[in-house]
Amino acid sequence: MAFKIASSPHLIQHQSTTKMMTTVMLATTLGLAAQTILFGWGTIIQVLLAMVTAVICEAVIVQLRGRDPLFALRDCSAILTALLLALSIPPLAPWWIIVIGTAFSIIVAKQLYGGLGFNPFNPAMVGYVLLLISFPLEMTSWLPPLSLQVQPVTLTDCIYVIFTQFSEHGFSLGQLRATIDGATMATPLDALKTNATLGLTVSEITQMPIFAEFAGVGWLWVNLGYLVGGLYLIKQRIIGWQIPGCFLATLSLLSLIAFLAAPDNQPSPIMHLFSGATMLGAFFILTDPVSASTTVKGRLIYGALIGALVFIIRTYGGYPDAVAFAVLIANMTVPLIDYYTRPQTYGHKGGR
Amino acid sequence: MENILARVKKGQFWQAPGGIHPPTRKVQTNSKHIATLPLAEHYYVPVKQHIGDGGDIIVNVGDKVLGGQAMSRSLSPLSVPVHAPTSGKIVEICQHISAHPSQLPTTTIKIQADGKDKQQPLTDLGDWQQCLPNAILHRIGEAGISGLGGAGFPTQVKLSGDGDLEFLIINAVECEPYITADDLLIQEKAEQILEGIDILAKLLAPQHILIGIENDKPIATSTLRAVTAKRSDITVCEIPTLYPSGGEKQLIQILTGREVPHQGLPRDIGIVMHNVGTVFAIQQAVCENKPLIERVVTLTGDALTSPQNVWAKIGTPVAHALAFAGYTPTAPKRLIMGGPMMGFALSSEDVPIVKITNCILAPSFAELPESGPEMPCIRCGACADACPASLLPQQLLWYSQAADHDKLKDYNIFDCIECGVCSAVCPSNIPLVNYYRIAKADIRETELEAQKAEQARLRFEARQERLEREKLARQEKHRLAAAAREKAMSERDKNANKDAVAAALERVKKNKQGADESVNDSKSRAQAAIARAKAKQQAQKTEVEPDNSAVIIEREKRKQLARERKAKKSQSDDSQSLGNENTDSSAVTADTKKAAVAAAIARAKAKKAAVTAPNLDSDTESPASSTLKSEANSRTDSAPSIPNSESKSATSTDKQAKIAAAIARAKAKKQLDEEQASKDSEDLPANKVEAETDKKAKVSAAIAKAKARKAAEQRTNSEQEQALQDQAEQKKAKVAAAIARAKAKKLEQQDPN
Repeated sequence: MAFKIASSPHLIQHQSTTKMMTTVMLATTLGLAAQTILFGWGTIIQVLLAMVTAVICEAVIVQLRGRDPLFALRDCSAILTALLLALSIPPLAPWWIIVIGTAFSIIVAKQLYGGLGFNPFNPAMVGYVLLLISFPLEMTSWLPPLSLQVQPVTLTDCIYVIFTQFSEHGFSLGQLRATIDGATMATPLDALKTNATLGLTVSEITQMPIFAEFAGVGWLWVNLGYLVGGLYLIKQRIIGWQIPGCFLATLSLLSLIAFLAAPDNQPSPIMHLFSGATMLGAFFILTDPVSASTTVKGRLIYGALIGALVFIIRTYGGYPDAVAFAVLIANMTVPLIDYYTRPQTYGHKGGR
Repeated sequence: MENILARVKKGQFWQAPGGIHPPTRKVQTNSKHIATLPLAEHYYVPVKQHIGDGGDIIVNVGDKVLGGQAMSRSLSPLSVPVHAPTSGKIVEICQHISAHPSQLPTTTIKIQADGKDKQQPLTDLGDWQQCLPNAILHRIGEAGISGLGGAGFPTQVKLSGDGDLEFLIINAVECEPYITADDLLIQEKAEQILEGIDILAKLLAPQHILIGIENDKPIATSTLRAVTAKRSDITVCEIPTLYPSGGEKQLIQILTGREVPHQGLPRDIGIVMHNVGTVFAIQQAVCENKPLIERVVTLTGDALTSPQNVWAKIGTPVAHALAFAGYTPTAPKRLIMGGPMMGFALSSEDVPIVKITNCILAPSFAELPESGPEMPCIRCGACADACPASLLPQQLLWYSQAADHDKLKDYNIFDCIECGVCSAVCPSNIPLVNYYRIAKADIRETELEAQKAEQARLRFEARQERLEREKLARQEKHRLAAAAREKAMSERDKNANKDAVAAALERVKKNKQGADESVNDSKSRAQAAIARAKAKQQAQKTEVEPDNSAVIIEREKRKQLARERKAKKSQSDDSQSLGNENTDSSAVTADTKKAAVAAAIARAKAKKAAVTAPNLDSDTESPASSTLKSEANSRTDSAPSIPNSESKSATSTDKQAKIAAAIARAKAKKQLDEEQASKDSEDLPANKVEAETDKKAKVSAAIAKAKARKAAEQRTNSEQEQALQDQAEQKKAKVAAAIARAKAKKLEQQDPN
């Protein structure tokens, strides 16, 4: 009888990578549900489109790289990337937007760097930034929340708009986006930025219907959904508290200082925390382990850096939201952060 | 110290970084009495069972031994002897599979037990309290005690050593899952352990004694507390269960908050640690006179029907122990020596139990499932969070895969204690520890090789230096010798040369006297031949012994002088010979190609002259002058001058002239060929040397040429007959040349001396 030889340790006690990825996906459920309820079925269709694209791209490129596509797909990292990207784009963006974005994320940002574990940048955010820069109109055409919609958008409408750019009844996306008062709908952060440049004060801007709830209609609930999902992930020890904690703390602190200094020009910290992609970013995007810092101290710095960058870009930059840019910039600093935040090894007091 | 004690006595400890909580699985064995294994048929005792050197075997095959009899002798402090576990016969001293992760064969004494188990105790020490520390130390060494905790460091080394000792720590943590050997030992032998601690305290004189034990061993803890209740110098520290708290460095950190410095020893921070099993073995050796021939081993795992702890003799084959515990294996078999975290898989049941064997684990497949296929690292950092040494395992993995040794050292790979928590927690199933083990071995090997290469380089450079030195010394010696030889030779050479030249001249003179006036020409040819021969000799010399160029140049100079002298002499005798001689000497420096072209021109002119001769009545002046011109150009000797004479003869009769011309042409051609050949092959190499060293010769040749031109004008009449006599003369010339060559050769033979 042959003996089974393996090197120690023989006792393994861990979560699998696949389990980690699927848990993260599961944790987005609340946010995804909120997005679907508030903005319509579009997001679900985008998610499905993105996942199919991701699986195909991953399989093809892994095959081209001479590896086993089924083994590579098993870690579920590709469909997680697809999911995160799909959650980030406007629900009724044309189908090719998400296809291009996902394909770029998987092929260029992930596989061309060597696949899972070797990508220096967050693949979903690389795809998002590519889309935002290349197709700014499509990428900012968010629907108003259902409560503000003149034309109710049904599931069939969503499918029609995504694949043909026109709803079942022939309305274009532009028409669908029009609110009761005829103005084209923007996201709260977008509205804030645009109107602030028009000389309106924050208090005036927030009188607009989109700001009916304190962080903008609908967005509050979406962000709350992701916050709950994120806390679940921390509890499950899938992610550490350091990155999201430090990110949210920095963003709150900076926005609070700004708000106190100039309440007429600056949105409140609540606005910053519960609008846009803040919570999705904090718990699901920043915490991508591959592209984030891995040391304890490094994670704190990394989170704080992104918090500061998000605040700076939102306040002074040309884009209404900033999570994607901030994450990519911080990704670049990770090797440096990791190098200088190495923990002191046992027995190296007074030296490394 | 006081702070530490105050904290520890309150049950407050320091937090070591990292660590994991694997399932402990100790209940299977921790409440069963320690059984004693029945005698096995054979015992396999490896000579080296510890860190350090193996001892010298002092028994032979066929010897009868008693239990406890030493079978090897320690040669150094880093070596301890091994003892026969039971009475019997030594049947073989062989290479047997080792109780080491490599399972490589090691020198092993095989004993056939006689079943009587007769023991031979060590000599009685008496009351150890009255003994000198050295005697106790010696006893510990002679009893073959090395650390029973894991590394197997010879115990007496850890016990000797000076300096103030603050803490003696007794390690009863036993953090590995499954293992309960120390737990049971404490439960059953607490009194003896306490006496062992006292022996250690006598040797080490610590200020305080700490006993570290995990809080999953309540019975053992209370037993220890009970026996040490009256002792103010001993504190039992019940620490939280966390793997790997039982590591020496980790336990020190948990109990005292101190860290053993990198590459240092606990002693450096005033601490010595001993495993509780070792303490018991010391007590047995000192008080009971028993060498280390048995220990407690946990036999556990779901593949055993009755998992339990046993007293196993060192050398017991694993198969025998397993059979006692009811081993029912399932395919594929899986046996682990040691715990599930740091133990190693066995490839045979013949592996013997050795001094460091604390557990034999026979798991079922379900209880220790295999880890899945290795997936890419996602840098989740779980390993870094779990690492007790605060390393960055994910970075170490990256650099291990890249074999970047500098980075690995920069990231302190050698501070890895190989506890295995990183591998255990990795979600991507990466066998991280294995990567580090390989990387460490690689680095050690590379460093060893670099060291060897450096030594080789130094050796090589020393050798090169020595060779260079010797070469220079040799060259200097040779140079001096050559100078001396040259000096001696130049004296002798001068005389010899003079004689030879004189003889040749004498002969030439005789020849000249005996022959017609026109013999002059042949004489000159003979001289030319001599010169050629000499040149040839020289050329040969140049070719064969290029190193002697200086000598050759020297000789050439001498020859040139001789030649000039000779020329001067013959000039006074006969101006023609001088002319030819000089033409020849100058021809030496001439370009042969040019000469060949010139000869061809001359030939053509001669032909033309021969053709035009019948029509034109002789005009001796113009062909002669043209010949001379060609002669001057070509710097060849008599060859172009033959057509000249031929044209001369044309003046008498056409027919005769034609015949003569034909003969002359043929001869000229032959001569030209000869000369060209000789020049090609001989003169040229020589002339290089000559031309460089003796420009003066050229100048004198030019002068001679001018003179020769003049002489040729005078000669024209007499040269007519010469054509007819050529054949005879040529023969003569050849003979002369041969003689000259022979002489030259002879001279040459003398030369090297």
